[in-house]
Amino acid sequence: MSEGLLSVRQLVKSFGALRATDGIDLEVIEGETHAVIGPNGAGKTTFISQLSGNLRPDGGRIRFAGDDVTALPAPRRARKGLARSFQITSIYKDFSALHNVALAVQAHAGHSFRFWRDARRDEALVGPARQVLEDVGLKDKMHVLAGNLAHGEQRQLEVAMVLATRPRLMLLDEPMAGMGIEESQRMIEFLSALKRRHTMVLVEHDMDAVFRLADRISVLVYGRIIATGTPEEIRANQEVRAAYLGEEAG
Amino acid sequence: MKSRLVLWTLAAVALAALPPVALALGEPFYVDLVRRIMILAIAAASLNLILGYGGLISFGHAAYLGIGAYAVGILAFYGFTNGWLQWAVAILASAVAALAIGAVSIRTSGIYFIMITLAFSQMLYYLGVSLEVYGGDDGMRLKARSQLGIVDLNDPVQFYYVTLVLMLLAVFLIYRIVNSRFGMVLRATKSNEPRSRAIGFAPYPYRLAAFVIAGALCGLAGALYGNHTNYITPSFMSWHQSGELMFMVILGGMASTAGPVLGAFAYLLLEEILEGWTEHWQVILGPLLVLSVIFFRRGLAGIFYKPDA
Repeated sequence: MSEGLLSVRQLVKSFGALRATDGIDLEVIEGETHAVIGPNGAGKTTFISQLSGNLRPDGGRIRFAGDDVTALPAPRRARKGLARSFQITSIYKDFSALHNVALAVQAHAGHSFRFWRDARRDEALVGPARQVLEDVGLKDKMHVLAGNLAHGEQRQLEVAMVLATRPRLMLLDEPMAGMGIEESQRMIEFLSALKRRHTMVLVEHDMDAVFRLADRISVLVYGRIIATGTPEEIRANQEVRAAYLGEEAG
Repeated sequence: MKSRLVLWTLAAVALAALPPVALALGEPFYVDLVRRIMILAIAAASLNLILGYGGLISFGHAAYLGIGAYAVGILAFYGFTNGWLQWAVAILASAVAALAIGAVSIRTSGIYFIMITLAFSQMLYYLGVSLEVYGGDDGMRLKARSQLGIVDLNDPVQFYYVTLVLMLLAVFLIYRIVNSRFGMVLRATKSNEPRSRAIGFAPYPYRLAAFVIAGALCGLAGALYGNHTNYITPSFMSWHQSGELMFMVILGGMASTAGPVLGAFAYLLLEEILEGWTEHWQVILGPLLVLSVIFFRRGLAGIFYKPDA
C-alpha cells in the first residue's frame, strides 16, 4: 500500500500514569476528509496536538508528505503545509479580520525580517487575504476587529487563516465547538465546500457533522484507535457501537 | 492618520520653538530640562518596541542606557573624543549586550523573563560600581563632550536640536518597524503566541531581533545622556532607572507611537514640579501613577487616538 499524505506509526504519549495516546496508527490519504471521533477524554486533542507539533510524542513516528516530521516544532510543520485550528478559538483578537488572514499569508511568504515597508498596505499580503475572506464569506467583516466578530464568524476566520497558509493538510480541532444549531449548519456547508479541494483531519463531537463530511472515520477510545472505515462501516461496527455510539445512536 | 501627522508637526514645531523662547525669557534651565526629557523619551521609545509591541516585559532596559553612556565616557577617558566613533561604539556595544542578554532571557517568559532581565542589568550595575578606574560607585566626569564636527554639543541649544532630531528619527524608525512585516509578527505574537506558531512563525528570532534593536537604540540614548549629564555613574543602569523607563511607557501608552514620548514628558515634568514642592515628591507621584494606570488603560496616547485595527 502506498504511503498516505500523513502517516502515523505507533504513536505514544503519556501524562504520568495516563497513556493518552497508546500506540496509534493512522493513514490519511491525499484528498480525503478523515474524521477522528471518540468519547470525552479519549485523547483526541492530545493526538491532534502531536500531529501539529504542539506536543512532542514519547514514541512513534509521524511522516508528512514523505518526510519524518516527528521532531519538527509547530512553526516548521506549519510551513511544510500542516496547518491547525484550535478547539478554543485562536485568533488575533486585537487585529482586524483582514490582518489576521494577512498574517497567515505572510507566514508563508518567506522570512519576515523586513523592517521598513508597511505590511498593512502590502498587496502581496493583503490581496490574497482579501480573496480568502471573500471565499469564506467574511468579506463584509474585513475591517472588523476579530475580537468583535460573532462566535461563528471567529471560527470561520480561524479556518480562513488555516486556508491562507495554503496547507496540504488541515487539522481542524472541533470546528463546531460552542456553536448553535444554525451556526453549525453553516459551518458544515462551509467545510463540505472546502473538502473537495483540501485534505482534512477533522476532530469533532458533532456526529451529524462527522457523518456528513467524513470520507473515512477513525474511532479513538482510551488512546487507541479501535476502528477505521467509511461512515457506513463505522455505523455498523459492533465494537464502536458498544464503546461509543451506543450513548447517542443506541 | 492625517490628524496624527498634524499633531506630530505641531509638537515638533513647539519643541523647536522652545529654546529661543526660553532664552528670551531668561530661563535656559528649560532647554536643559526638555533635552533630558527627549533623551529619556528615546530610551522609553526603544523600550516600547519590546514592551509595548513585543509584550516582553524587560525590567533591565536601563542597562543599555548605562552601556551607551559608559562607552562615551570610557572612550573619552582614553582620549577618543570623536563623537561618531563614540556613538557607533555605544550603539554597537549595546546591541551586543542585548544580543547576549536576549539570547538567554527570551527563552523564558512571564515572571522569569522579568527577573532575568533585571538580574542582568543589576550585574552590569555592580560591574560599574566595581570599576575603580572609572570612578566606581561615584562615577566619573566626562572628559570632553563628543566631538561631532558639524555641531557643538557644548552649546546647549545645538545639543538640544541634535536631541530633538534624533528623538523624532527614533520615533519614526520605530513607527516604520512596528508596521512592517517584522513588526506585524512581533505584535501578532504578543497578541496570541500559539496562533503565531500554528501559522508558521517561530517567535524566538523575531523577538531577539527586536530586543537587539531596542538595546541599540537605547545605547544611543545613553550616549546622549552621558553628554547631557557630563557625568557618568552606575546609577544609569540601576533598576530604579529601568523602572522609570517602564513607567514612562505605561503612563504614555504601550504600543502607541507617541506613548513613550508623552510618558517621558508627563513623568519627568511631574517629577520636576513635585520636587519643587516637597522632598517627599515620590509619595505624591506614586499614587498619581497608580490612578493614571487605572483610569487611562491605554495611557495618555489613548486620549488622542484609538488603536490601529
